[in-house]
Amino acid sequence: MNVLTDAWGWLTTSANWHGSDGIPTRFVEHFEYSVEAVLIGALIAFPLGLLTGHTKRGGLVVTSLANVARALPTLGLVVLLVVVMGVKFRAVMIPLVALTVPPILLNTYEGVRNVDPQLTDAAKGMGLRPWQVLWRAEVPAALPLILTGFQFAAVNAVANTAIAAYSSFGGLGRFIIDGLATTEYGEVAGGAVLIVIAAILNLLFFILLRRIFISPGLQPKKLAG
Amino acid sequence: MNLFPHIPSYLGTYGSLIQQQLTMALLSVLFGLIAAVPLALLCVRYPKIYPPIVAVLTVVYSLPSIALFVLLVPSTGLTQTTVIIPLTLYSLAALVPNIVEGVRGIPEDVRLAAVAMGYTGARRLVAVDLPLAVPPIMAGLRIATVGNVSMVSVGTVIGVGAFGALFTVAAQLSRSDLAITGVIVIVLLALACDLLLVVTQRLLTPWNKRRPR
Repeated sequence: MNVLTDAWGWLTTSANWHGSDGIPTRFVEHFEYSVEAVLIGALIAFPLGLLTGHTKRGGLVVTSLANVARALPTLGLVVLLVVVMGVKFRAVMIPLVALTVPPILLNTYEGVRNVDPQLTDAAKGMGLRPWQVLWRAEVPAALPLILTGFQFAAVNAVANTAIAAYSSFGGLGRFIIDGLATTEYGEVAGGAVLIVIAAILNLLFFILLRRIFISPGLQPKKLAG
Repeated sequence: MNLFPHIPSYLGTYGSLIQQQLTMALLSVLFGLIAAVPLALLCVRYPKIYPPIVAVLTVVYSLPSIALFVLLVPSTGLTQTTVIIPLTLYSLAALVPNIVEGVRGIPEDVRLAAVAMGYTGARRLVAVDLPLAVPPIMAGLRIATVGNVSMVSVGTVIGVGAFGALFTVAAQLSRSDLAITGVIVIVLLALACDLLLVVTQRLLTPWNKRRPR
């Protein structure tokens, strides 16, 4: 049995590209759930990260929270909430968001907290108000780390959306779970390949974001030659 | 609530499930560390290979475990090996940057003092460089260990999930008590391993009186 030929065979079967359980539909679902998880996570975590980083308080809480979140088994949370609440969008979104909050919070906190004090002093000296110091000096300087936090959050979201399929949820993970249930290994392998592609597209998106948003002075230096 | 509700006997006992969970998680960290140290030292020695290696590790780290498990099944079967291989790769990805930054972060005067005292080559590495790099290395080990202990449970999708098997049964029988027990026990196991590593770090670096973060 060869994984790639099985996957290829399934991926090139045109019937798999149509309908409400076709590849394009599942791909869009996966994308939507992941984006939504990151956005809701960001709404919660980004302001908290700015606040804790700017005031340099609450570091222990932030780091402990990140550690506990890493210990949380997504699969268990999804199963638990689906058993308790039924197959609802919220039952799956809560665990997904729980795992996008910590990386954004931790990296925003660390990034803002560690901005060179000379920079913030200079900004204050130029007469900027505390809000302006935050938005015009601290956030741009901390942006590389903040984006890393969002990237980890997005990686978590893509991976955990795949796992969430275990509880009758949509997205690309469905192919793996359904394929295992019907012992169609081609579907399982094809689904896994699609998830890998989604994960890589996600990384490429963040490379692009860095190019666009990070101030040229903070871009990593290109190696000569 | 009873933290240890009755589990179907075909799953085994709580003890055996916990043992499987820890075996898979910790072996992965161990293999990851064994591979990461030489790789990281090569990166310190030849800085040009570091950025491409970091890029590859970032990609590896972003690949969802569930996909890697099922892709490995035809090669390694429904075995613990199938779970251990991806987790080893994740551990490697968490460890290499920490070891590299740790060894690079050793102050130049310390390095020069060691050289002046006659430490060269491998002896300096073992007696000076690696001990001083313990805090960042331990930070990487903690991330890898905590993540692995919890991620082993995804293996239940291919029937090798150790404690994660509780989630499968919880979903099949709609038993929330099993899911709660599974989540609580796995979090506690992960945090207990984390605590052990923190204690180990304090023992390994007696010169750092301050509590490691």
